[in-house]
Amino acid sequence: MPGAQVPITIEQLVALNPYNPDILPDLENYVEEQVVTQTYSLDANLCLLRLYQFQPARLDVRIVARMLVKALMALPATDFNLCMFLIPERLQMEEPFLTLATLAHFLETAHFREFWDEANRNRDILEVVPGFEQAIQGYAIHVLSITYQRLPRSILAEAINVEGLSLDKFLEYQVNNNGWTLEKGGQLVVLPANEDNHPVLRKSSADSIPLEHVARLFPVLG
Amino acid sequence: MAYDAGGYGGRDYGGGYDDSYDDRPEFRDGFRDLQPPEPGFDSANYVPDVVKTFVVYMYRHIREKNVYEIHQMYEGSFQKLSERLFKQSNWPAVEMIAPYVDNDHVFCLLYKEMWFRHLYARLQPTIEQRCDSWDNYCNLFQVILHGNVNMQLPNQWLWDMVDEFIYQFQSFCQYRAKLKQKTDHELAFLRQIDEVWNVVGVLNYLQALIEKSMILQILDEEKDGNLTFTATDGYDYHGGTNVLKVLGYFSIVGLLRVHCLLGDYQSGLHALLPIDINQPGVFNTVIGCQITTIYYYGFANLMLRRYLDAIKSFNQVLLYIFKTKQYHQRSSQYDQILKKNEQMYALLAISLSLCPHPKLVDENVNNQLREKYAEKMLRMQHSDEAMFDELFSYACPKFITPAPPNYDEPLVNFNQDAYRLQLKLFLSEVRQQQLLSSIRSFLKLYTTISIAKLASFMDVDEPTLRVALLTYKHKTHVINNDGSVLSNADVDFYVDDDMVHIADTKTTKRFGDYFIRHISKFDEIINDLDRVQLE
Repeated sequence: MPGAQVPITIEQLVALNPYNPDILPDLENYVEEQVVTQTYSLDANLCLLRLYQFQPARLDVRIVARMLVKALMALPATDFNLCMFLIPERLQMEEPFLTLATLAHFLETAHFREFWDEANRNRDILEVVPGFEQAIQGYAIHVLSITYQRLPRSILAEAINVEGLSLDKFLEYQVNNNGWTLEKGGQLVVLPANEDNHPVLRKSSADSIPLEHVARLFPVLG
Repeated sequence: MAYDAGGYGGRDYGGGYDDSYDDRPEFRDGFRDLQPPEPGFDSANYVPDVVKTFVVYMYRHIREKNVYEIHQMYEGSFQKLSERLFKQSNWPAVEMIAPYVDNDHVFCLLYKEMWFRHLYARLQPTIEQRCDSWDNYCNLFQVILHGNVNMQLPNQWLWDMVDEFIYQFQSFCQYRAKLKQKTDHELAFLRQIDEVWNVVGVLNYLQALIEKSMILQILDEEKDGNLTFTATDGYDYHGGTNVLKVLGYFSIVGLLRVHCLLGDYQSGLHALLPIDINQPGVFNTVIGCQITTIYYYGFANLMLRRYLDAIKSFNQVLLYIFKTKQYHQRSSQYDQILKKNEQMYALLAISLSLCPHPKLVDENVNNQLREKYAEKMLRMQHSDEAMFDELFSYACPKFITPAPPNYDEPLVNFNQDAYRLQLKLFLSEVRQQQLLSSIRSFLKLYTTISIAKLASFMDVDEPTLRVALLTYKHKTHVINNDGSVLSNADVDFYVDDDMVHIADTKTTKRFGDYFIRHISKFDEIINDLDRVQLE
């Protein structure tokens, strides 16, 4: 339609015109949008951090903090580290970055108990981002799933910070929907089999031959 | 003269020069002008005859699109004259040689590009010269982007343009960050020149070259077989120009490099996506480009914990250098090649210490690696942080702080800030992986072992061990872009309640490849025999 302007999405902006400082306010708004709508875009956030690098005076600590919380929620992806590479060191020594770095450290080294304790002491930073708790629980389950075939209930409880009746309900949900089972009267949780906790399932690449190698033989065999 | 792709443009060509340069037409008038200059020699205003001949011939070859001759002069004669006449001084100013080349605007821009590159290599540029060089690059790129230049230049030169452009940007950021030794004149100058070597400007030029050349679409269409670009090394055999396309291509590598210098490894790798480094491409045609590409690609992957990708790419290029470095000995690039070679061995040592996979490393490369770093690798495998620090600091890129400082605040030197941040984050990652090495060595000894026993062997309590096992799994499992999980662990295990079961990692012999190879060979022999005619 002549004269009509197609609204350009943030993703398109980031793809086509990423080195333009004018888009900085749009990217900042987009971080807020990600928080509210529980969506996430690493590319857009890295783009914003880059622009902050070029114009440090415009850096908004609150927005960067939100970005880092979102990045934590993306674990096991390394998004949090990617963001930290772009944030000036002296800023990282201040709050809330110091706390966020500590939380990240606990998660990266699977110190879940310490993580939940510290998270509890810093609810103000975390509660502003909806979905945080579930995302971290998802990460914890991921790590447990690639490590354990069967794990003691207490370990699961500590990892996802859920106990008692809530844990029972949680387990019931997983059993009904995600293929978990329970043994020993609920004291042992059996996780679904995957390549990582059942290495025999891993396709051995040693025996498979790519088609193009065999194809070279067709003139000979035919 | 037709350009012969098979001759020197092939991937194995060294790019050095040999003494037959003495027979070249531009030196025809004899060597009298090649004597070292007298003291007080005013090189800026006196043009030796041999330089006049040089520019005249260069200008003619560029007009005639004689890429072979341009390359000989660019790589060889220019270096030779620099060495003999301008070892510690500048080439004659462009205004002095312009009359000999019809005052051709584009040639003058190209001459100045070489002029500044020589300056940066041999002398220390003043702040005014840094600004002038930036202006020259702007003018040169503007002409190429908007001016419809119809030239063919050697890939080596086009790569050097992009490479030098980024190098001078890096140099300027480093220079600007050392505020303490600045004179008042320099500080006053710096305050006024925000757009000079501005990071946004640099990135936008690279981006503009990529977009205007449509190189991404070209590479895409090439996959469908619709046009040739890689097959001709980027050169145009139909009377056209290769300059914009090839500059666009090299700018892709340029973006990878700039992003890495800023610490944005994800964006760097993302920018490199259109180039498949596992396939021959135009980046192979210039050894400097190949090395730069793999060095930054490997480094970015190392920082992203994608150790397998880093190891494979370092191995690939180190093997290539091992086999071909003798051909580059006389080249002006030789020192750079050797430096990057050493740095990549250090990075490979780091990668293998964090993610042991000896089978991925070629025998020749492994021998070199052992020679240089056997002891250091042993220490790194025992989590010697100081060793990681040493190798990382030696091998890492020269990171930059892109923003200008606040000149009103007290003057400090902040040129090390960017590097210190990257080092700090890297070392904290290494620290998080501390226990992984000992887990690995214990697991290799058992098929099953209880948590309690393993904990006592490692001298930690059970909860600590369980946490360490989870960390091992997390750190050795990489999440791909599509969300799939890839394990780069050489020793893998799973835990069943309180027993650790180690996966059987005995690699089976690859019979398939062996048989295929011999079937083909046998077939070849039969065919040869058929062709033999018995008398």
